[in-house]
Amino acid sequence: MTLSAYIEGVGLLGPGFPDWPDGREILGGQRAYEAHKTVLPAPALLPAAERRRCGAIVKLTLATGLEAIAAAELDAASLPSVFASSGGDGESCHLICEMLASCDRQISPTRFHNSVHNVAAGYWSIATGAMATSSVLSAFDASFGAGLLEALAQVAVDDTRCLLFACDTVYPEPLFSARPIPDAFGIALVLAPQRSARTLAQIAVSLTDADADRLDDTALEGLRTTIPAARGLPLLRAIALEQTQRVVLDYLDGTRLAVDIAPC
Amino acid sequence: MNSLWLSHFTATSSIGRGLEQTLDSLRHRRGGLAPCAFDTVDLATFVGEVAAVDALQIPAHLADHDCRNNRLALLGLTQDGFDEAVRAASAKYGAQRIGLFLGTSTSGILQTELAYRRRDPATGSLPADFDYRTTHNTFSVADFTRRYFGLSGPAVVVSSACSSSAKVFASARRMMASGLIDAALVGGVDSLCLTTLYGFNSLGLISEQACRPFDAQRNGISIGEAAAFALLERMPENLDGDAVLLLGVGESSDAYHMSSPHPEGLGARMAMQAALSMAALQPSEIDYINLHGTATQSNDAAEAKAVRHLFGPATPCSSTKGATGHTLGAAGGIEAVICALALRHGLLPAGLNSRQLDPALELDYLLENREQQVSRVLSNSFGFGGTNCSLVFGRADSLGNKP
Repeated sequence: MTLSAYIEGVGLLGPGFPDWPDGREILGGQRAYEAHKTVLPAPALLPAAERRRCGAIVKLTLATGLEAIAAAELDAASLPSVFASSGGDGESCHLICEMLASCDRQISPTRFHNSVHNVAAGYWSIATGAMATSSVLSAFDASFGAGLLEALAQVAVDDTRCLLFACDTVYPEPLFSARPIPDAFGIALVLAPQRSARTLAQIAVSLTDADADRLDDTALEGLRTTIPAARGLPLLRAIALEQTQRVVLDYLDGTRLAVDIAPC
Repeated sequence: MNSLWLSHFTATSSIGRGLEQTLDSLRHRRGGLAPCAFDTVDLATFVGEVAAVDALQIPAHLADHDCRNNRLALLGLTQDGFDEAVRAASAKYGAQRIGLFLGTSTSGILQTELAYRRRDPATGSLPADFDYRTTHNTFSVADFTRRYFGLSGPAVVVSSACSSSAKVFASARRMMASGLIDAALVGGVDSLCLTTLYGFNSLGLISEQACRPFDAQRNGISIGEAAAFALLERMPENLDGDAVLLLGVGESSDAYHMSSPHPEGLGARMAMQAALSMAALQPSEIDYINLHGTATQSNDAAEAKAVRHLFGPATPCSSTKGATGHTLGAAGGIEAVICALALRHGLLPAGLNSRQLDPALELDYLLENREQQVSRVLSNSFGFGGTNCSLVFGRADSLGNKP
């Protein structure tokens, strides 16, 4: 049983990956990967007050989503979306837990609403006016695969385009030691049920028990294994290489995703 | 859509462990809210706490998943023969052909709140026995459930605040229709923690009394905890008349504000309309609406506008949060099960605690139970971030038997 879709746009932001055009060159082997800390742009789409208050997960999500829909030449307002993240806004979570362990438990209301797992989905819909559905998911290290399956099911069953986000950010200490995600990393993909002039590749996904593909570059493999959203890097590499091939993406213990990719 | 069969379902909340106690509480209008005595919470509020959750033993091979949320999950899974039903489905379809879709808002974050009280005074580090993945992480409850049943199909947590465990029905429906799975274990589990109690308090949304949905004097929510589950299967050829079916799902986003609903209830209206359209039903064919009905000023006002716009003022409705409290990420799940009980037993449950209905809301809000034939019902779940989900359920004998 396979689920298929056409990829029409990619957004990418992470350490050493300022955007998809650069990422495409790096993953396609045209130039070497150099690790730099992720630079999160201020979310220009949000009103000034929200821009100041929103956390890393919101900035990362908005940046990757806007890049993907611009590439696909689409209006975000009409697109259903899927948000996959291992955790939510780590900084808000830390500050709330710190206050709750102190004598003063009067946490800030903004901090609280920023701590919900769907904060980025909420800000995305506010920023873009998107009133279509959004599915907000977590599957710990399997979050990329869970998001991909949910988005593919939307495309296949509801016959609609869908914007998939897989984004993870960093917890401050002491939670960082318990969940050491080294840097912010996000992938956004526009998936469509039909081929169009913007189509980059067709993908067909099925469950498999084969081992997940690794990346040859040790630094990139380090990202893949330490950041849940970066579990999608082998898929982006295949798109960058423009080759028909099968990649196996890491998903759950004992269950992985086989992705057959055909460039268009 | 192709209707899906809720072949088994169960609910555990402050109004009962399992279906029999839950139904009995609904019939006798017995609520589960009591003054908050949870942990060290010093807020004047009521909560719907499930008794003896912490007395539960997590099986030894899953001991690393031990936390209040997973204890509550286990308590819920072991009621009403649900555990056995999942294992039988796994044997029938194959462990990889069953999808797992659970909703939660805060998962086992209480474990982290407690760990932050035991930080190393010199280094600030968390205690060595703290395990983030198996407790705090949003996926923990699905990971626990997956391992408990030995399932190997797709597994995910939906965490969109208070719509989470309604949205699991939407994700499960799509994945079943895609052919990737043959059955789905759906549900919601959320447990009391300080983050939500103090968080909603910071927003001024916590009532000092047991919450009073749709009352003129309503002044906020009471937080509860619950675990509710359903097993979704494709409709077999022959079903008993009282079998409960998922007929439609509608989803939308407000695109308005992080913590306030759209004042006209626009997103809510879109979700209800989409659910009716998917079920191919007219508003007049719905016998009862289980409202989101949180008892905040803004939610109930916006929801009433949305309901009135679509249904007019005459469809019987109530919020059962006066009984259970607002169980947040488990609310969609427990209210789905309450809808299933309403269909099966011909009971429209009254809202509790409300005395004087807000005349501005103009709905047929039930203050007394009604016993009557119930064929089709709608359940609303809305959440922070403007996430909306409506579900339509019906009895098998209502199919092809529309008024």
